[in-house]
Amino acid sequence: MSFLEIEHLEKSFGSVRVVKDFNLPIEKGEFVSLLGPSGCGKTTVLRMVAGFETPSTGSIRIDGRDVVSLRPNQRNIGMVFQSYALFPNLTVAQNVAFGLKVKGVKVADRTARVAEMLRLIGLEGYDDRYPFQLSGGQQQRVALARALAVQPQVLLLDEPLSALDAKIRVSLREEIRDIQRRLAITTIFVTHDQEEALSISDRVVVMNGGVAEQVGQPFEIYNRPSTRFVAEFVGTLNLIEARVLDRDSGRIGIGSREASLGRPLTSDRLTLGIRPEALTLGRAADRDMVLEGRIDDVHFLGSVIRIQATVAGERVMLDTFNRPGTPPPAPGQAAEFSVHPEDLLVLEGERSP
Amino acid sequence: MPLAWLGMVPFTLFAVLFLILPTMNIVVGAFQTPDGTPTFRNVLNLFQPSILSAYWISIRISVASALAGCLIGFAMAAAITLGGLPQWIRGPLLTFSGVASNFAGVPLAFAFLATLGRLGLVTVILKDWFGINIYGLGFNLLSFWGLTLVYLFFQIPLMILIITPALDGLKKEWREAAEILGASGPQYWRMVALPILLPSLLGTFALLFANAFGAVATAYALTGSSLSIVPIVLFAQIRGDVLQDPHLGYALAFGMIVVTGIANGIYVWLRARTERWTR
Repeated sequence: MSFLEIEHLEKSFGSVRVVKDFNLPIEKGEFVSLLGPSGCGKTTVLRMVAGFETPSTGSIRIDGRDVVSLRPNQRNIGMVFQSYALFPNLTVAQNVAFGLKVKGVKVADRTARVAEMLRLIGLEGYDDRYPFQLSGGQQQRVALARALAVQPQVLLLDEPLSALDAKIRVSLREEIRDIQRRLAITTIFVTHDQEEALSISDRVVVMNGGVAEQVGQPFEIYNRPSTRFVAEFVGTLNLIEARVLDRDSGRIGIGSREASLGRPLTSDRLTLGIRPEALTLGRAADRDMVLEGRIDDVHFLGSVIRIQATVAGERVMLDTFNRPGTPPPAPGQAAEFSVHPEDLLVLEGERSP
Repeated sequence: MPLAWLGMVPFTLFAVLFLILPTMNIVVGAFQTPDGTPTFRNVLNLFQPSILSAYWISIRISVASALAGCLIGFAMAAAITLGGLPQWIRGPLLTFSGVASNFAGVPLAFAFLATLGRLGLVTVILKDWFGINIYGLGFNLLSFWGLTLVYLFFQIPLMILIITPALDGLKKEWREAAEILGASGPQYWRMVALPILLPSLLGTFALLFANAFGAVATAYALTGSSLSIVPIVLFAQIRGDVLQDPHLGYALAFGMIVVTGIANGIYVWLRARTERWTR
C-alpha cells in the first residue's frame, strides 16, 4: 500500500461534479504535481486532502489511516498557499513557530526549530522582520518554513509560485524541490504551469473536467500523452490533419505528400501532433517524412529561432537552434520540413493507439 | 494645479467657519471673564461636585454604550461576514445600519418613550400580557442604563458599518493556514484574527465613545434635565435660563474637548502599539 492513497474520490458542489472518481497512490517521499487548466478540480482535490473540503465519496488514507473524518488540524499536513497567507501581525520567527506554539512545544525547542528552518530556507537573521518587510519570494519561503516546522507527514503546495515574477519562480521551484528531496517529504503540488510541473515532479497528474486524464513521469506525459487533451495541454503541439490511405500498412496522405507511419491504424482520418522541436527545417538525412509548406514568420530569440509556417493548410511552429553560419529563412519563402515518424503523436479520435 | 486647490475651498471654508473658529472661540472663552480679562476661574469652577459627577456619568454612559455597541455590533458583523448567514441578509442589514446609525435626537427619544416609557407600548404589553412590570423590576428609561440602551440604537449600527469591511479583510487563507498548523478556532482568534482587527476595533471604540460623549439632542429630548450628563449641563449654561453662565459653558465644552482629546490620545498610542506590523 502507498503512503498516501486517494481512492474513488468524488466532490460535487450542488449538482456540479467537480472531481470524478479520482484515484492516486503516492509513495513516501514522492513529489507529485496536479496539473490542469483552471476549474479542472486540482485545487479541490488538494483541499480535500487538507481537510478544507469534505469529499462527497471516496477515501484518503495517509500512512494507512483514513483521514476523511479528521479536521485539518488533526491531519498533520503542511500547506503553502498561493497568497503566502503569512500572519501579518507576527514576525518571521513567530510565523514559523506558530504551529509549534499551538502544539505546546517548549520555547527552547521552538527557538531551535525556527533557527533550523530559517537556515533551511536561507533567511537567517530575518527573525524579527514582519511579512510586509519581505519580498514575495521571501514571504513564500517563510510560508514553506512555517509549513515544514511542524514536521508534517505530507506537504501540500497550492500554486505557491503563481504570484511571483518569472525569475523568482524558477529559482524558488528549484529550491522547493531541493528542500523536498533533502527532507524526503511526500508532496502534492498544484499548478497550471506545465513547465513547473514537468521540471520538478517525480510524477505528474494531468487533470481535465474533474478527471485524472493521465498519470505518469514528466518524460512520459510529454512524449507519450494518452489523450488528445494531454497532448494539447502539455507543451506546444502542432496539429496537422492527415488522410489514411491504407490502414494495414499505416500509409497516410498529408497535403500532396504521402508517408508511412509503419504501424496499423484504426480510423480513416487522424490528426498528427508534432512538437516544435521534432520538426526540422529542410530535408534531414535520417528523417523520412517530408512535408511541404511556406515560412510565415521568423522570430529570432537568441539561442533559438522560432519559425511559424503553414504546412498542409495548418499553421505550425518549429524551433531551431541558432547557428552563426546559417542565417534564418526569410518569411514568404517555400520550404520543406521533415519529421521522424517516431516523433509523431497520432491522435485518432479520443485516444492514440 | 490651481483648479485642484479650488476644489478644496468649499469644505475648508466650512471647516474653518463652523469647526475651527468656534472651537478656538470656546477655548479662548474658557479662559476669559465675560468682560474679556484672562482667568482660570471658569476652568476651576469645573471642579465642583455636580459638574465632576456630570462628567463622570457622561464618561460612564459613553464607555458603556461604546463597549456594548462594539460587542453587539461585532457579533452581528461577524455573523454576516464569517458566520455563513444567507447572503441576502447582508445588504438590507448594512442599509438599515446606515439609516439607524444616523437616527438620533427627538425622533429616537420619542420612539423609545413610546415603546419603553412608563406607558410605552412594549412596557404595557409586557405588563398586561405577560405580567412583567419592567419598571417594577427597577428599569427606568430616564436613567444611566436607559440612556445607554437608547444610545445603543445608533452605536450598534455604527459599529456594524465600520467593522464589516475590516472583517471582510480577514483572509480565508489565514484561518486555513492556522487551522492546518494545528490551531483551534479560539487559538486562531486569539493569536491572529483579533490582533489583526485590534486597530480597527480600537478606532471604532474611540469613535463610538466620542459619538456618545457628544450626543446632546437625544439625551435632552429623552430626559430633559433629569439626568445630568455634561452636554445637558452645558446646554443649561448657554440656552439662557437662570443658570446662564456662558463662560462656564465654554469651560464645560473645553473640558469635553480635553476628555475627547485624552481618549483619542490613548487610542493613538494603543493603535501605534497594535499595528507595528503594518506599513
